[in-house]
Amino acid sequence: MLHEPASPAGKDHAGPYKMRLGIWMFAFYALFYSGFVAINLIKPQAMGTIVLWGLNLATVYGFSLIIVALLEALIYDGLCRRQEALLADGEAKDGGKAVPSKKG
Amino acid sequence: MAILVFLFFVGLVIGLSFYLGKKAKTSSGYYAAGGQIHWGINGIAFAGDYLSAASFLGICGLIATLGYDGFLYSIGYLAGWIVALFVVAEPFKRLGKYTFADAVDAKYNSRGIKLAAAISTLVVSICYLIPQMVGAGVLVEPLLGIPHAWGVIMVGAIVITIVATAGMASTTYVQFLKGAMLIVFSSILVGAVVVRGLSTRPDQGGAVEFHEYARLAAVQSGDQIQVEAEGWQVLEQVEDAKGHIFIKLGHESLETWWLLVESEGAFSLQEIQSVVVSGDGTLINGVPAAEENQLRLVGNLEQIRGERDSETGSLSIFEFLSVLTDRETIVRSWKSSVITDSEGARVTVYYPVEVTGDRIMRPGLKFKVEGTLLERLDFLSLMLALFLGTAALPHILIRYYTVPNPASARKSTIVAIAAIGFFYILTLFMGLGAMVNGTLNPADSNMAAPLLARSFGELLFAIISAIAFATVLGTVSGLIVAASGAVAHDLFDRYLHIKMDDRQKVRAGKIAAFVIGGIAILLGILFKGMNVSFLVGLAFSVAASANLPAIIMLLFWKRTTARGIAASIIVGVIASLGLIALSPELYTLYGLNPGDAPIPLNNPGIISIPLSFITLVVVSLLTKKTVKVEA
Repeated sequence: MLHEPASPAGKDHAGPYKMRLGIWMFAFYALFYSGFVAINLIKPQAMGTIVLWGLNLATVYGFSLIIVALLEALIYDGLCRRQEALLADGEAKDGGKAVPSKKG
Repeated sequence: MAILVFLFFVGLVIGLSFYLGKKAKTSSGYYAAGGQIHWGINGIAFAGDYLSAASFLGICGLIATLGYDGFLYSIGYLAGWIVALFVVAEPFKRLGKYTFADAVDAKYNSRGIKLAAAISTLVVSICYLIPQMVGAGVLVEPLLGIPHAWGVIMVGAIVITIVATAGMASTTYVQFLKGAMLIVFSSILVGAVVVRGLSTRPDQGGAVEFHEYARLAAVQSGDQIQVEAEGWQVLEQVEDAKGHIFIKLGHESLETWWLLVESEGAFSLQEIQSVVVSGDGTLINGVPAAEENQLRLVGNLEQIRGERDSETGSLSIFEFLSVLTDRETIVRSWKSSVITDSEGARVTVYYPVEVTGDRIMRPGLKFKVEGTLLERLDFLSLMLALFLGTAALPHILIRYYTVPNPASARKSTIVAIAAIGFFYILTLFMGLGAMVNGTLNPADSNMAAPLLARSFGELLFAIISAIAFATVLGTVSGLIVAASGAVAHDLFDRYLHIKMDDRQKVRAGKIAAFVIGGIAILLGILFKGMNVSFLVGLAFSVAASANLPAIIMLLFWKRTTARGIAASIIVGVIASLGLIALSPELYTLYGLNPGDAPIPLNNPGIISIPLSFITLVVVSLLTKKTVKVEA
C-alpha cells in the first residue's frame, strides 16, 4: 500500500524548471551564508569593522542574510508563477498537451 | 492583570480547539486539517510553529547575556527556510499524506523506512519538546507563582487537550493566532525600547530605583584579604574553578559575598549577588529567600560612547544598534559561578563583568571563533545544523500537508520567511534591550523578553507572557501531532498493519498524544534550568542528521534505495544522539567535569550529517532497489 498524497495534485509541467531554479537559488544563498561563517572562522575581527550607519559587519551581514532570504523567496515565487502560467497557456492552446520549458 | 490575560488566552485556545474538534472526525481532518488551509493562514501558522520558546525566550535570553552570539541562532534558523523553500516544499507536498514517513517512503513502500522514519520523528519531536516544556515551566513560575514542575504539568495537560480535541486543525489556528500576535506585540516592545533609549542608570521609566553596586577598598596581608572600612569583617575566602576569589564579609549581622578585584596593584571588593543553599534553607544576598527577597534584576551600561552617567533619550533603530556597537560603550553583564563555603553550603555567586560594545556586537562571547580549532569547529557545526535542520523538522514538514496544493505549499513558505525573518530582526533589539535595561534575572536568561516587557508596565508584561505561553502551547501541540502521527499512522497502521477504520485511527492518534504528552512533562521537569535555545539547537542537529540526507537524496539521487534511506536515518539518529550524550555540555548536566567528555564538540552536526549522507550512499550502492525510482 503506497502513501497517497493528502490532496491530489495534477502533473506539474513546470516541476523540472522549478527544481532547477530552486537548486541555483539555494546554491547562491548557501554561498552567501558560507561567506558569513567563513569570515567568522578565518578573520573574526573583521566582523567588528564598522561598515554602514555606525553598524559593524556582523550586524549588516546578519540582517542581509535575513533580507536576501526574503528577496530570493519573492523572486523564486515570481519566476515559478510565470513559468506555471506560461505552461498553462501553452497547454490550453495545444489542446491539453503540455509545452515543455525551453530549458528543459 | 497578568493572570486574567493569561486565563483569557488559555480559555480562547481551548474553546477554539473544542469548536474545531467537532469538524475533525476523519484521519485526514485530524492529521492534516483536511488539506484545505489557506496558504496565508498556513504561512503565519508556520511562523507560529517555528517561533517557539527557543526563539522568543531562548534567543532573547542568549542575546541578553552573550550579545551577538545569540543572534547567530536567529540567522541560522531563518536561513534554514531557504532549504525548505527551494528544495523541499513542493516535492514534499506532492509525495506525502500525513507524516514525514509518508513522503520518504512514497516511492518505496518499505517497512524499514516506515520504522526508521517513525523512530526519527519521535526522537526529534521529543528532543524539540524538552526545551518547550522547560520554557513553559520558566514562564508559569513567575506568572502564576507556582513551582516549575506544576507549570510543566499544567502546560502538558492543556496541550494534550488541544491535540486530543482537534489535532492539526486546532493546532493550525492556535499557531496562526499566536504567530500573528507574537509579531505584533514584539514590534510594540521593540518600539518602546528604542523610544526609551539608553541610560547608564536604567530605572524603568522611574518605576524601579537603580541599584548602585558598592566597592570596598581592601588590602592584602600575606594570603589574607582585609577590608579597610570600619565595621566590615572578612569571614572566609574561596577560589572558584576559574580562579576568581570570592570573599564572605560580615557587616551588622549580615553575611554577604563579594568579588576580589585587582586593578593596577590595588585591591578592592565588588558587591555581587549570591544564593546560599544549606540545610537551614536558602539565603539570597544574605537574607532568607522570600517573595519580597529575590535576586535583583541586572544589566546596564557603564558607559555610553565614553561618557559615564549618561542617557541618550529616544533613538532610531539604527542609532540604538550603533551606540551599542561603539567601542567606547561599556556593558555591565553578569556571570555566575558555584562554590562551596567552609560549612559545606552550596553558594551560587553572580558577579558583574564589563564588556565593550564592539565585543558584544560581534560573535565570540559564547562561540569561541577566535579560539582553538575544536572551538571553531563547534561553531561551524552549529551553523551547519541550523541551516540544514529546519527542512528536516517533522512538525514543520507535516504542515505542508494542510494546504490544498504544491503552489500553496510554496506560497505559505514565503509568508513564513517574511514573518519569521521580521521577528528574528526584532529578537536582536529585544535581547539587547533586556541586556541594558536592568531587567535581566541573573539566574535565568530565559525570561529576558517578558521581564523587559514588564519594565513598560504590567499590561504589556501580561500580554507578552500570555503570548509566550501560547507560543509554547502551539509548538508543543504541533510536535505532539507529529509524534502521535508517527506512532498511530506510521507504526500501528503502516508498519504493524493493525486494521483500523478511520475513527479508530483518530482514536489511536489521540491515545498516542496522551502518552507523548506525559513523556514531555517528565522531560520538561528533568531538564529545568538549561537554556532553551541551546536545547533546540541540539534538536536541529538530530533532525538535520537523521532526516535531511534522506529527503535530499530521495529527491536528487536516482540510485537511492529503501535500505539506504532507512540506514541513513537510523545512523543519523544514533550518531547525533550519541555525540550529544558524550559532549561537554551534557557532562556538565550530569555533574561531571566537561573537560573529561570524550567528544570535545557540543554540536554534533559536522560529524553526524556527513556520516548519514555517506551511509545512505554506501548502503544504496550495496543494495538493489526495491522499486524503480521515477525520473
